[in-house]
Amino acid sequence: MRRERRERRMNRRDIALVVFVLAAALAGFALELTWSDSGARLQISVEGEVFGVYDLSRDQTIKIGDGNICRIEDGSAWMEWADCPDQLCVHHAHISCANETVVCLPNRVTLTVLGGEDSEVDTIVSEMSEGRSVRNRQAAAAAPFSHGA
Amino acid sequence: MQSGIGKRVAVLGLCAAGAILLGYVESLIPVLFFVPGMKLGLANLAIVITLYFFGPGNAAAVQLVRIVVVGFLFGNLFSIAFSLAGGFFSLAVMCLAKRYGGFTVYGVSVAGGVSHNIGQICVAAVLVENVRIVYYLPILLLSGLVTGLLIGLAGDETMRRLKTTSNFFF
Repeated sequence: MRRERRERRMNRRDIALVVFVLAAALAGFALELTWSDSGARLQISVEGEVFGVYDLSRDQTIKIGDGNICRIEDGSAWMEWADCPDQLCVHHAHISCANETVVCLPNRVTLTVLGGEDSEVDTIVSEMSEGRSVRNRQAAAAAPFSHGA
Repeated sequence: MQSGIGKRVAVLGLCAAGAILLGYVESLIPVLFFVPGMKLGLANLAIVITLYFFGPGNAAAVQLVRIVVVGFLFGNLFSIAFSLAGGFFSLAVMCLAKRYGGFTVYGVSVAGGVSHNIGQICVAAVLVENVRIVYYLPILLLSGLVTGLLIGLAGDETMRRLKTTSNFFF
């Protein structure tokens, strides 16, 4: 019995297989780390029509027409500058989670995060925010508010 | 012991019963693992032993009986389909590994554990229609490796004892 225990049980191929699987798993982890963008994108709409879709993992500055400038950095997006009088969109919190939206109603510009991770608050809340963003877009498309008064 | 169809039925029935019981024992172990699909795969112990003692065809029969019985007892058609995919993919890989790979029980069992997880995640990806489920793959590879080694160790020990203490199988 004791001699059995000392004898080598696994052969070289076994060990090679173990090493291979370990390497594959580690490579997978490494790939996931480098691809940690989580696939989230930022959709910019103007007047209800899609202006462009941008990768949230790539830092960039996007000029939206003449009235707005949007900035993407470290996986979140915000309105950096707007020519509208109320500046609500510029003061809006940075967005990074699925379905979060920034709206600039005077210029009828919306920034919406597509895909990626849900917000850490309840799913119900994120569904609500989805509904809200739809309603906002509809409102923006339907009602030509005259700001600046 | 005499050989014949009766003995074969009896012994394979014993193997299937062992596999089903091991699956039940495993379900009694509280959830240790934090990723869905991660499990010990104790039932695979019986399958590995059947494969080694009675060959691929008989192992496939035991696997089929096990999955169908466990599925009807504790699961549903959905879980049966799920288990069939993982179970038979892993069995096929184990047969190939045993026949052509030059592995010992450990290597065969690791190949089985890893391929079981790969098979299940593929089915899951198709059913959920979400390729991002593949993000689970590395952790499932790792868990398949560890459980495969454990099952290999258990299978090695069991077969040593069966060979030396029992003439039932031969």
